[in-house]
Amino acid sequence: MKYQKRQKAIILLADGTIFHGKAVGNKQGTAFGEVCFNTGMTGYQEIFTDPSYYGQLMVATNAHIGNYGTNSEEVESDSIKIAGLIVKNFSYEYSRDIADSSLEDFLDKNNLLAISDVDTRALVSYIRDHGAMNAVISTEVDNIEGLKKQLAEVPKMEGLELASKVSTKEPYYVGDENATYKIAALDIGIKKNILRNLAKRDAYIKVFPYNSKFEDLEAFNPDGYFLSNGPGDPEPLVEAQAVAKEIIKRNLPLFGICLGHQVIALANGVSTYKMYNGHRGINHPVKNLKTGKGEITSQNHGFAVNREEAEAHPDLEITHVHLNDNTVAGIKMKDKNCFSVQYHPEASPGPHDSDYLFDQFIENIKNK
Amino acid sequence: MPKNSKLKSILIIGSGPIVIGQACEFDYSGTQALRSLREDGIETILINSNPATIMTDPSMADHVYLLPLTTKSIVKILKEHPQIDAVLPTMGGQTALNLCIEADEKGIWKDFDVEIIGVDIDAINITEDREQFRELMEKIGVKMAPQATATSYLEGKTIAQEFGFPLCIRSSFTLGGAGAAIVYEEKDFDELLTRGLEISPIHEVMIDKAMMGWKEYELELLRDANDNVVIICSIENMDPMGIHTGDSITVAPAMTLSDRTFQKMRDMAILMMRSIGDFAGGCNVQFAVSPDDQEDIIAIEINPRVSRSSALASKATGYPIAKIAAKLAIGYNLDELQNQITKSTSALFEPTLDYVIVKIPRWNFDKFEGSDRTLGLQMKSVGEVMGIGRSFQEALHKATQSLEIKRNGLGADGKENKNYDQILEKLQYASWDRVFTIYDAIAMGIPLSRIHEITKIDMWFLKQYEELFLLQKEISTYTIDNLNKELLLEAKQKGYGDRQIAHMLGCLESQVYNKREELGINRVYKLVDTCAAEFKAKTPYYYSTFESDMETTDGKRYADNESVVSDKKKIIVLGSGPNRIGQGIEFDYCCVHGVLAASEAGYETIMINCNPETVSTDFDTADKLYFEPVFWEHIYDIIKHEKPEGVIVQLGGQTALKLAEKLDRYGIKIIGTSYKALDLAEDRGSFSTLLKENNIPYPEFDTAESAEEALKVADKLDFPILVRPSYVLGGQGMKIVINKQELEKHVVDLLRSIPNNKLLLDHYLDGAIEAEADAICDGEDVYIIGIMEHIEPCGIHSGDSNATLPPFNLGDLVMQQIKDHTKKIALALNTVGLINIQFAIKDDKVYIIEANPRASRTVPFIAKAYGEPYVNYATKVMLGDKKVKDFNFNPQLEGYAIKQPVFSFNKFPNVNKKLGPEMKSTGESILFIDSLKDDEFYDLYSRRTMYLSK
Repeated sequence: MKYQKRQKAIILLADGTIFHGKAVGNKQGTAFGEVCFNTGMTGYQEIFTDPSYYGQLMVATNAHIGNYGTNSEEVESDSIKIAGLIVKNFSYEYSRDIADSSLEDFLDKNNLLAISDVDTRALVSYIRDHGAMNAVISTEVDNIEGLKKQLAEVPKMEGLELASKVSTKEPYYVGDENATYKIAALDIGIKKNILRNLAKRDAYIKVFPYNSKFEDLEAFNPDGYFLSNGPGDPEPLVEAQAVAKEIIKRNLPLFGICLGHQVIALANGVSTYKMYNGHRGINHPVKNLKTGKGEITSQNHGFAVNREEAEAHPDLEITHVHLNDNTVAGIKMKDKNCFSVQYHPEASPGPHDSDYLFDQFIENIKNK
Repeated sequence: MPKNSKLKSILIIGSGPIVIGQACEFDYSGTQALRSLREDGIETILINSNPATIMTDPSMADHVYLLPLTTKSIVKILKEHPQIDAVLPTMGGQTALNLCIEADEKGIWKDFDVEIIGVDIDAINITEDREQFRELMEKIGVKMAPQATATSYLEGKTIAQEFGFPLCIRSSFTLGGAGAAIVYEEKDFDELLTRGLEISPIHEVMIDKAMMGWKEYELELLRDANDNVVIICSIENMDPMGIHTGDSITVAPAMTLSDRTFQKMRDMAILMMRSIGDFAGGCNVQFAVSPDDQEDIIAIEINPRVSRSSALASKATGYPIAKIAAKLAIGYNLDELQNQITKSTSALFEPTLDYVIVKIPRWNFDKFEGSDRTLGLQMKSVGEVMGIGRSFQEALHKATQSLEIKRNGLGADGKENKNYDQILEKLQYASWDRVFTIYDAIAMGIPLSRIHEITKIDMWFLKQYEELFLLQKEISTYTIDNLNKELLLEAKQKGYGDRQIAHMLGCLESQVYNKREELGINRVYKLVDTCAAEFKAKTPYYYSTFESDMETTDGKRYADNESVVSDKKKIIVLGSGPNRIGQGIEFDYCCVHGVLAASEAGYETIMINCNPETVSTDFDTADKLYFEPVFWEHIYDIIKHEKPEGVIVQLGGQTALKLAEKLDRYGIKIIGTSYKALDLAEDRGSFSTLLKENNIPYPEFDTAESAEEALKVADKLDFPILVRPSYVLGGQGMKIVINKQELEKHVVDLLRSIPNNKLLLDHYLDGAIEAEADAICDGEDVYIIGIMEHIEPCGIHSGDSNATLPPFNLGDLVMQQIKDHTKKIALALNTVGLINIQFAIKDDKVYIIEANPRASRTVPFIAKAYGEPYVNYATKVMLGDKKVKDFNFNPQLEGYAIKQPVFSFNKFPNVNKKLGPEMKSTGESILFIDSLKDDEFYDLYSRRTMYLSK
């Protein structure tokens, strides 16, 4: 073993601020995206493969990333979805009996650029104070002006439809076809663990592409409908909103998570907005207003549902709030079999405090 | 539910004297709890017999009872305060819980209509009764190691036959793993089983199949009355199962756990906490994980109270567990409370870290000659340090630099072990130095796989070590002149001290420092903020690191520093580092009071310390806390950054005092007594000249730097001779020798362990009585705060002797001499602040043994006994804010206060319990008696020569 020298790399923010670092594995390249940070201390592989992160340059705040390698089972989709990775300390060496590759190899296989040795804390503080923005990570440390030009052409996240980039092209099935319940899931960026959670509760799921019509879903003859999580702005997702409207109109059991939750709000005429920074981590406190109990939740969203409009809406009830900033974390429709949450009860990564929401969905299906 | 308005007056039980396994972390938790309850307008009543604590300060609670922790004392308090509504027993360790149970069994709480809050009795009983606990875990589906309980020798033998070896024996209802042992072979089983049964108050041991080599973890939980549970911190033991967690090197957050396994563990912990009872408070759960593809998790134990680990977790995360646990105990729910660091987000959340902490225990095996130095199930360390860094490597380095064991960090300091066989043995039988040995093993070229095979330490940690060594090797190929910025920055980021880098490059420490300056590689400070910078933090709790640069749009390039320097006048107080025998909680008491006094005097106060157990490292104590090694390089950088008016060194024991010389040399102002005076008191030659000039008698003495010189000195002085090294604490290496052979052997021994030391040889006044005085001096006036007389005759270290305040049988003539000498010496040394002087009295003549112009171990005791804030006064005098004559001294004490040392010998079964000039006690308690006719005093007096050596 010998000491490894690493090449220089940078992250350049849209406002011109630069953070210096080193290229992981001495790879060359440049990657663009919206910079965001995740504060989870475990679960990096799940995060990197979560379709909701499509198009984002991920800053991992945990001091070390890669310690336990990667494992083919602990993925949330079939490939890495983040656009680039920024870390403080990158573990080239890992230790875990059931790991099948190092994080470095996993990133390589997915052709993902990562930079390390960045003062991620300074970077996070900067984004916290200046808001989420586009950025570029690159090993072209001497081509700042060129990078700036290219960066200026990257579209803003606001108004950006990304579901089409991550959704399945063809429908597919998950679970046992003889299961008690049939669920139609609209994939606008679905995480595998949602499907595992549903299948575990005796459901057979058909997953539909993002642009499917209600009729397509209905043809499966499902007992319940599910709107998934996903990346980007919910507003341009008019097809998904149309599907939601149809389900609601017919008062069929409907559950939405994250982007799906936002789509349900939009289908009710409640607007969404781009948050200053978003919530990304696995320690977010949510209060269930029905039970008065707290939940520690996994969250990953840069848009949120307008609270005033949701409160004022005659058919909607806010069921969950985020305890740190009082944003809407869950809603239900008063006279309909429909509810949704902004956070991730499927966790992966994150705590299992909100598992009960899947049970509740199954109950809703039973009692329809 | 909001606060329970029925609770208006609460009794808190402290943990008593410091013993191994129960140390000053409970002063921290108790102090936090008292403050927390006060915030809510609740009357607080405290019982604790330990006078060295901050919690027993009159200012901390409405009523402080310095009484023995017995049910008799509890009844007395409850009679005097019938208004007490509830008792909070979870802040004082196992001692407090045990006392609470005893009082419950005797029906005392019921008689006085006192509610137990923060825990329920059933929960304590279930978790302490291993058999019940096991049954419960089985019921809720939590796996445990194969285990059985034995209440007799025969039962134990049968179980051993069934399990096979190795196995673990643990005694029920004991502290810090007392009586616990790993039995590798059948031949050792009988003895260890018998001891385990004897130590248990209920004559019960648990025998477990040893899960040697499994990875060990701890989770810290909080639960409120609404059954919300949060995990405050995950802690990974770098040393796997087989070494007591108090003796393990621990790391937070967990470094090698996947989300899947961590979440499984989290679920189990929550399930376990809910299963043991319905209560609101803190809880600690320990797990083991199999290091194979199964990643099986088994529960080891659960403690329904705040613990050593929760103190560590509080410091590691910035989430004050005890403070919040106290609020939960009085009815608040987590979502009704604020995150104490951000003051804007909810307390119902789980802290996230963007740094790493490493805790390393501090052992004192040198004090227990003949003890088994191998680490195992029974805790043996007396203190701990914590290093915070932006990587595991940096944190590990900072922790090793905090230990004060004359190491500069891992490797590169010329103290590496290069003996192959010894290294292998040291890897196998872990002791205080294994953390260093791993580095030496890698340097020697022993394969990581082999190190892993022997130690079972996770490969990830070993790879981190390896990376460090590879960097050292790389740097060693350079010189100070051609070393580039990148490499030097990387070395600093990985925690190497300038001294170590100088060692690698073959240059001076100052050259490395200058090179850093020149290249702009500067320490920056980051916040411990519970949230990885997601929210703005309000609490100034800092650690140092080295960072890559950022560049603003206007072209400024710098490493981001979060510690903004104010324009207020500032004072730095140097803490006392890790607890050890001879330097413990007393000095933390002094530091905390120094900080508070400086604040009252209008200064911005800055605390530097690295001991996670203490109140001084509570971010609520000073205006700014730097959680840093009390190590020159770190301190100097903070001083340069903050530019304080001066530094207070006389409150932090020998740790802080040792740095005075260098501070003085670098032109940094030492507050109070000057370095010159400090040095004068330590230098026997000049000090005796001073005594001679003042006509003050002292035992005949001389100094020696070799055995040869020592033997010559012996010709002049009569035996017995007291031999001791200079600049040490707690009588380290001090011995009374009676002939030349003994003298030679001891001198040779001493100079081997402390090279280049100047040894002091005193004629030992056989049969003398010892006394000591503490005083405050402003350079003009001297006020003696207290004089204490040792009950045992001369020859036992002052820290180990029972002593009375005021003296019990010193005549007026002797007392007058003590007073005169004290005043003369204090003035002659130009003391500004505190001074402690020790005397030997023979034939009514008072001799000076030594003088220390700094806070001593006895100052907190005297302050408590007289109910006066002496450290506060002394600090204001040091700062020049007040003069001695400005204070209205009014000591209150009826009868006598007796200081009683407390020992932890039960942790070292084979150790000679004989007392001598080297201190061995770990803690102390206070006992008030009305008169000398008191039975307790009579008892102590009649036993006074029992432990005396020679």
